[in-house]
Amino acid sequence: MAVTTQDQAQSPLGGSVLKNVSPQLLAWLVLGAFAILCLVLRDEYKDLVKYPKELMLPIEVWLEAGMDWFTLHFKPVFRFISMVLAEPMKGLEWVLHQMPWPFTMLVVAIIAYAAKGWKLAAFCLGALSYMLIVGYWDESMSTLALVGISVPMSLLLGFSLGLMAFQFRWARRIVEPMLDVMQTVPTFAYLVPILILFGVGPVVGMVASAIYASPPVVRAVMLGLGRVPDNVIESGQMSGCNPLQLLFLVRIPAATHTIMVGVNQTIMAALSMVIIAAIIGGFADIGWEVLSTMRKAQTGQSLLAGLVIVLMAMMMDRISRGFTERTGEIHLARTGNFLQRHPYLSSLVGAIGVGLILSGLFPGFSDYPKEWVFYPAESLNDVVAWFTRSFFGITDAIKTYTLYFFMLPMKAGLERIARPGSWGFDMTTMAAAIYWGVVVAIGAGAVRFWGWRAGVVTGLLSILFFYGSTGTPWPIFVAAVSLIAYQVGGWRVALFSFLGMGFMLVTGAWPRAMLSFYLAATSVIICFVLGGALGIWAAQNDRVSAVLRPINDTLQTMPLFVFLIPVIMVFLVGDFSALLAIIMYSIVPAIRYTEHGLRHVDPVAIEAARMMGCTERQVLWRVKLPLAVPEIMLGLNQVVMFALAMLVIAALVGTKGLGQWVYDSLTNARFGQGVIAGGSMALMAMIADRIIQAWAIQKKKDLGLTT
Amino acid sequence: MTDSSGRDVKMTCRHVWKVYGPEADGFFNNRNGDVPDPGALVHQVRENGHIGAACDVSFDVHVGEIFVIMGLSGSGKSTIVRCLSRLVEPTAGEVILDGEDLLKVSKEKLIDIRRHKMGMVFQNFGLLPHLSVLENVAFPLQVQGLDKAQRMARAMEMIELVGLSGRETSYPRQLSGGQQQRVGIARSLAVEPELWFLDEPFSALDPLIRRQMQDEFLRLQQLLHKTIVFITHDFLEALRLADRIAIMKDGQIVQIGTPAEVVMKPANDYVEEFTQDVPRVKVITAGDIMSAATGDADATVAVSATTTLERLMTRFGEGLSAIAVKNESGNIVGQVTPQAVLSALANEHDEENS
Ligand SMILES: Nc1ncnc2c1ncn2[C@@H]1O[C@H](COP(=O)(O)OP(=O)(O)O)[C@@H](O)[C@H]1O
Ligand SMILES: [Mg+2]
Repeated sequence: MAVTTQDQAQSPLGGSVLKNVSPQLLAWLVLGAFAILCLVLRDEYKDLVKYPKELMLPIEVWLEAGMDWFTLHFKPVFRFISMVLAEPMKGLEWVLHQMPWPFTMLVVAIIAYAAKGWKLAAFCLGALSYMLIVGYWDESMSTLALVGISVPMSLLLGFSLGLMAFQFRWARRIVEPMLDVMQTVPTFAYLVPILILFGVGPVVGMVASAIYASPPVVRAVMLGLGRVPDNVIESGQMSGCNPLQLLFLVRIPAATHTIMVGVNQTIMAALSMVIIAAIIGGFADIGWEVLSTMRKAQTGQSLLAGLVIVLMAMMMDRISRGFTERTGEIHLARTGNFLQRHPYLSSLVGAIGVGLILSGLFPGFSDYPKEWVFYPAESLNDVVAWFTRSFFGITDAIKTYTLYFFMLPMKAGLERIARPGSWGFDMTTMAAAIYWGVVVAIGAGAVRFWGWRAGVVTGLLSILFFYGSTGTPWPIFVAAVSLIAYQVGGWRVALFSFLGMGFMLVTGAWPRAMLSFYLAATSVIICFVLGGALGIWAAQNDRVSAVLRPINDTLQTMPLFVFLIPVIMVFLVGDFSALLAIIMYSIVPAIRYTEHGLRHVDPVAIEAARMMGCTERQVLWRVKLPLAVPEIMLGLNQVVMFALAMLVIAALVGTKGLGQWVYDSLTNARFGQGVIAGGSMALMAMIADRIIQAWAIQKKKDLGLTT
Repeated sequence: MTDSSGRDVKMTCRHVWKVYGPEADGFFNNRNGDVPDPGALVHQVRENGHIGAACDVSFDVHVGEIFVIMGLSGSGKSTIVRCLSRLVEPTAGEVILDGEDLLKVSKEKLIDIRRHKMGMVFQNFGLLPHLSVLENVAFPLQVQGLDKAQRMARAMEMIELVGLSGRETSYPRQLSGGQQQRVGIARSLAVEPELWFLDEPFSALDPLIRRQMQDEFLRLQQLLHKTIVFITHDFLEALRLADRIAIMKDGQIVQIGTPAEVVMKPANDYVEEFTQDVPRVKVITAGDIMSAATGDADATVAVSATTTLERLMTRFGEGLSAIAVKNESGNIVGQVTPQAVLSALANEHDEENS
């Protein structure tokens, strides 16, 4: 301590300025010098912006070769599995198509009633009627068949993995990192190898969804089994259970609720994936209907079909959630004959049986008469057209402004975007000097108010804004991210980040990764600001919270695909539409975590602040927000994950970058490219995840919130 | 098996240690836990960053007695009672049940012993949330493979015994804490265990209910005559229920004795702390302070050995100089004098003045 005061006393004399600087700041100062050097030399050495080809590795070629070898030897096995798996699906599809629609509705209504009662049954009847009347019954049943087979497969897979991971340490060591990776690998990337191995057809979608949707159950099983209270386990042991009895009679039943929560998420994920799998086509399901109409710019049609997906998602979510909420509550009579003991099951079997017999006896009975179909696609088209025309001025202005003043600079850099037509000036040396002058002023202010870290952030953002994500020299980018990772999470995180970015460089994925980065970063920033504001508002105001909650719930359960329909309708294909779709989907965690964090700040701290005479505003800014930071960080983490997931889907509407590359590899069945693109995407997500998590943990420790 | 005092012993706990930590086994050369200097080892365990949850614990549990283990939270009570049933595997020591070392039996044999000889009640009830009251109580019988009719009949009997008739089809979360613990008690008794472990069974209950459950417990024991190990952190509860009390501190047993012994002759300051607020007239009995019968006491007004000082004093108020004391079978075994009563109470006075 004594040394510090001495230093402070000396520093006005300028004797030991460097001694006063923390090593962390020093690192940034060095990096700043390095950045300036890179930027100055940029025009002379093109390699600084464009990673040199000579330094790349032909990883893609190696991957292709590996896959070729594997396919050569194992393809028959997979084709055989594919054949076997196709059978139950064909069976279920046959049943669903064969069943007369009134009986299908009855069956769904019974299930909904068992799950949650009359209201849900009525909702499901309404939703199914919509599918029927609009004429999408057959497509809906095909989708249902796909989901109906992939969910049980998913559950079986997930349950076994979860159980193994819970029971054996070695299995846990394999499963845990696998879950981590699966969470971040983009949806399409699953399809590439499966497509190559299993061949085109609905089975691909089924297998892909089964795999893609299993992690929630794996997690839920591990979590649920581990969370069963000790004394419940001990009471089982003292009752004389052997290990198997303990697992199946005590642990698993006691963990049902947690496991059911996972089942709900699995069902929703399976539906989402089944619909995405439509892009490989070959199956007349509702996802295909949406995609093909969207490609033909048939707005009305894709809206009508999209609504089917929305309704289906809501039905599945509410039903499975109903069962989850009622776990341990539905107690059927344990006495009486079979009918009395299992009223739901027997009425279901009865309805299905009667329905199938009737359809067999009276062919044509199953079909909904064509004349009764009401398909208002054209009028809907007119409405949408009218809407877009009437509001073109506003929508176009929003789009143009966002593009020119925010998105394009982030992408290509202000230096290339600033033209008299848009910004009102050319990027002359003079203008650049003014820009940097303003930056220095803002930076100085930031340092003064919030400390040197704010200055660093200002510096980094201003470089990004001026040169764009594609124009910033890669050494600066790699160094800055690695340094952040090091200071936040230590050398392990730094090394991981460094190697991850290295992978993108040597595989040649870097330019595309930067395009994805720009879109992801832009939307994350907007989500974070907008969602944070909404979250704060919701935390302060119960009514806002009550309005936002169901909207968030619904947005969260929608298959990603659906978000594209409305934005394309209004804003057409392009980066801006992608941005909006990403924001719609990934703003939810920003809102939720902010609200949750603020609402769960220790009430004692708030009371203390009020007693000290803080105004409500001061309580919010000085007490609640700082204490909620770790929770908000977790929200930010989720936002990043969601944004990257949606980014890939957004490739369907013509964005450039890794997403499009994955999509491209899928349509051309190029395994190597798929792995590199998907892998880069996953690495991006993992780097962000590691850094933000480490940051949140550090913050939590600083605030003394760790338990 | 009998101990030195000639009473039948059901279970013996001999030099039992439970050390938590990465190298817990390293502290012991032999498994029987009989180390030359336990005190030094306790110290060593702590020095090495390990936790000695139970340290050199030894006691006998007599057939048909209520043996209470009392200690503050974290003193190792739960650990010890779990060592007795091998829910926790002791690091060293011996646990002998009916002459057989429980720690040496196979897993299968252990399950068998738990199925037929032991019952346990837990602090937070440990009921299975997915089973009804009836099914919870029948659960130990179900895992034994008893057929349905038999186990339901037996479970109904138990439910009646604890006074829960009419709630068979309820689920745990629909019951109050007291009711849930009744289910826990019924379940633990369903297999007619010889040994009954209760780990702070009433600690999660409100004081009024707790009192009621204690009475209920004593009533059940009158009926069933189980051998009981009862854990509590409540000294008054221990005095009320115990035949003998073991007091634990930091994993070690500080004193073992009858309630009166503990109150009158606390082994050290730590135990004395607990006895301070105890109303002695309600704890000490005629049997505790009687002297040999000299024959001058009036045999016609003999009191039983379990009469408390409180009641004795009213008898002396009638002007008697000595009262004979008889045992359960009615034989005169000694006498008490007013001097003896006074000196037992004077003891208390000393403490209050000091
Ligand atoms: N599984 C365990 N791992 C490490 N320490 C434990 C474990 N179980 C209990 N302990 C420690 O052993 C000591 C005794 O615990 P316990 O027997 O539960 O005490 P009590 O039941 O008297 O409250 C405590 O310090 C506790 O923290
Ligand atoms: Mg305990």
